[in-house]
Amino acid sequence: MTDTPTALGRLGRLMVDRPLLPLIGLLILLIAVLAILNPGVLSLFWASNTLKIAIPLAMLAACQTLTMLTGGIDLSVGTAATIAAYLTATLAPLIGVPPAVAVALLSAVLIGLINGFGIAICRVHPLIMTLGTALIATGCLLVYQRYVIATGVLIPDALLWLGTGRTLGLPNSLALFIPFAALVIWGQRRSGFGRLLYAIGANEAAARLSGVRVWQVHFTLYTLSSLIAGVTGLLYLGQIKTASLSLALPLDLPSVAAAVIGGTSIFGGRGGYGGTIVGALILTVLTSMLTLMQIPEGGRRILFGLIILAVTALFIRLTERS
Amino acid sequence: MRRWVDANSWTLGLAVLLAVLLFATKLIQPGFGASGLDSLARAALPFALATVGMAIVVLAGGIDLSIAAMMAVASVTGAVLMDGATDAQSVPIVIGILLLGLVMGAINGTLITVSKVPDIVVTLAMLFVWQGVALLILNAPGGAIAPWLRNLITGSFGPDWLPRAVIFLAVVTAVIWGPIRRSKLGLRLYAIGSDPLAAFRSGVPVGQARILAYALCGLFAALGGLSVSMSTGIGEPIPGPYLLASVAAVVLGGVVLGGGRGGLIGPILAVFILRTVRMDLTLLSVDPNVAAIIEGSIMVAVVMFGAVLATRGRKA
Repeated sequence: MTDTPTALGRLGRLMVDRPLLPLIGLLILLIAVLAILNPGVLSLFWASNTLKIAIPLAMLAACQTLTMLTGGIDLSVGTAATIAAYLTATLAPLIGVPPAVAVALLSAVLIGLINGFGIAICRVHPLIMTLGTALIATGCLLVYQRYVIATGVLIPDALLWLGTGRTLGLPNSLALFIPFAALVIWGQRRSGFGRLLYAIGANEAAARLSGVRVWQVHFTLYTLSSLIAGVTGLLYLGQIKTASLSLALPLDLPSVAAAVIGGTSIFGGRGGYGGTIVGALILTVLTSMLTLMQIPEGGRRILFGLIILAVTALFIRLTERS
Repeated sequence: MRRWVDANSWTLGLAVLLAVLLFATKLIQPGFGASGLDSLARAALPFALATVGMAIVVLAGGIDLSIAAMMAVASVTGAVLMDGATDAQSVPIVIGILLLGLVMGAINGTLITVSKVPDIVVTLAMLFVWQGVALLILNAPGGAIAPWLRNLITGSFGPDWLPRAVIFLAVVTAVIWGPIRRSKLGLRLYAIGSDPLAAFRSGVPVGQARILAYALCGLFAALGGLSVSMSTGIGEPIPGPYLLASVAAVVLGGVVLGGGRGGLIGPILAVFILRTVRMDLTLLSVDPNVAAIIEGSIMVAVVMFGAVLATRGRKA
C-alpha cells in the first residue's frame, strides 16, 4: 500500500501507529449518540459517575492486558477481587481494619501464587489454571462465609471515601487509579519486566533462547495480576457498599472484553494499557447507553456482545490492511 | 496389543479410575445400586453432552466459551414450544431444536472464520448474545417438556445396571460422531487442529472444517440443553456451570488444548469421574462447598500432572 494509499489504508496505518486515536473517536461517537438519545444527560455528574464505574473495570482489565501480552489470560481476577472485598468487610469488625486488609490482600496474592505455580512451573494452560483456581477459591469463600455469618460487616471508612466520595466533582477513586495507571503504563513501556512481557508474547522460544527465565516472569506476572485484582476488590467494596459472595464476578468477562477492544492481542506481544483504559470507558458508556434505551435485559446483552465483536473485527480488519 | 495400550494409556487410566471410584462408592454406601447409578447418569448427562461438544471444538484447535449459553437457548426454546404440545407435535420441535443448535454453532464458526477475530474473543462475545437470546425467549425458569422425553433418560434399559441416560449418551454420540470420525471430515478436523497451515497447504478447506466443528459443538450444546430440561422438566434461561466443567473434563480426558490430539471417550469418562467424586463426597456427607473445593483441587492437580507429563514427553 505504499504507492497509492487508500483512505482505509491510511486509517489502518493510523490505527497501527496510534491505536488510541480511533478508540477515543469511537468513545466520543458513543457519547454523542448518548447525548442525542437523551438530551440533557451529559453533565459533570454523569462524567464523574461514568469514571467511577469504569475504574474497577479498567483495573481488572489491567490484569488481562498484562497477562494477554504474554499470550495468557487470567479468569480468576473476579474471584480474587471478590474474596479480597469479602474478607475485608467481614474481618474488619473482628481484627481491625489494617489486619483485615492485609489478610485480604494476602489471600488474593495466594491465588496468584497458585496460578503462577501451575502456569509457570507445571506449564498448564493459563485459561484452565485460572478457571480452576477461581473454582477452588469460590468454594473456600463459601465455606468461610458460614463461619462469619453472625459477625456482621464493616466497610472501612477509607474505602468508602475512595469508592463513593467526590472531590471537586471528580470521584476520589481517581486518586488510586491515576498513579496506578501511570505505573502500569510506565512499567510495560519502560521497565525491564514490561519489555519481557512483550518479548515472551511475541516469541516465547526466542525469549527463552535469549536468556529470559520465562517461568520467573510468568510466576511474577500472575502473582502481580492477583494482587491488582485484590486491590480492585477493596476499591469495589467501597463503591458497592455491600459484602456479597459474587461482588466482582460479573466483571470477569467484561474485563477481557475491555482489553480486547483496547487493541491488546489475545495471542500476545501487541497492545498496551492505554487502549485498555479507553476500552473500559467504551464498555461503561455502552452499558449506560443500553440501559437508558430501555431495552429488555436480553436485548441489552445481545447488543453488548455484537458490539464487542464488531469493534474487534473492525480493528483487526483495519490494522491488517496496512 | 502393546501399541494399542500405549496409545490409549490415558483413556485406560481414566477407565480404571472410574471403576475404582464406583467400587469405592459401593464400599461407602453398600446399598448403592441401580437407582444410584441411574441418578448419577442423569446428573452427568448435560455435563457429558457439553463436554462432547467442547471436545470436538478443542480437537479442531478452537474453544467455545458460549457453550453454556447455547445450552440455555436450546433448553428454553424447547420448554416454551413444548408447553402444552402433544407428543406428536413435540417430535418436530426436538428436530427443530437440534437444527437450531447446528445453526447457532455454525454462526459462531462462520463469525470466527470470516472476521478473523480469535475464537476466544468471538465466542466470548457470542456468550453474551446467546445469553440475551435465552432471556428474551424466557425470562425466568418455566415452560414444560414432553413427558416421553423425560422417560427417555429415566430408569434403566435391559439389564438393571445400565441406566437409560448412559445409553442415550452413547447412542447420540456414536450416531453423530461415529460416521464423521471415520470419514474425511473427521480427518480434516484433526488436521486443522494440529496445524492449520499444513492442513491448508494439503488442500483442506480450513474455514469449512472449522465451521463444521463449531456446528457440531452447537448440536451437542442443543442436546445438552434439552437434557437439562429432560431432567428438570422446565426450561432454564440462566446458563449452568457447564463451560468450566466441560473445559476441565476435556483436558482431564486427554484432549490437548490447542487441538489435534485426543478422542471423545476420555472426556466422557472424565465427566463421569468428576460426577462420581461429587456423589461420593455427598454420600460421605461432606459439606457441598467443601466438596466443590475438593473437586476443584482434584481437577487442577490432575491437569497439572498431565501438563508436567506432556512437557516431559516432549523433552524425551
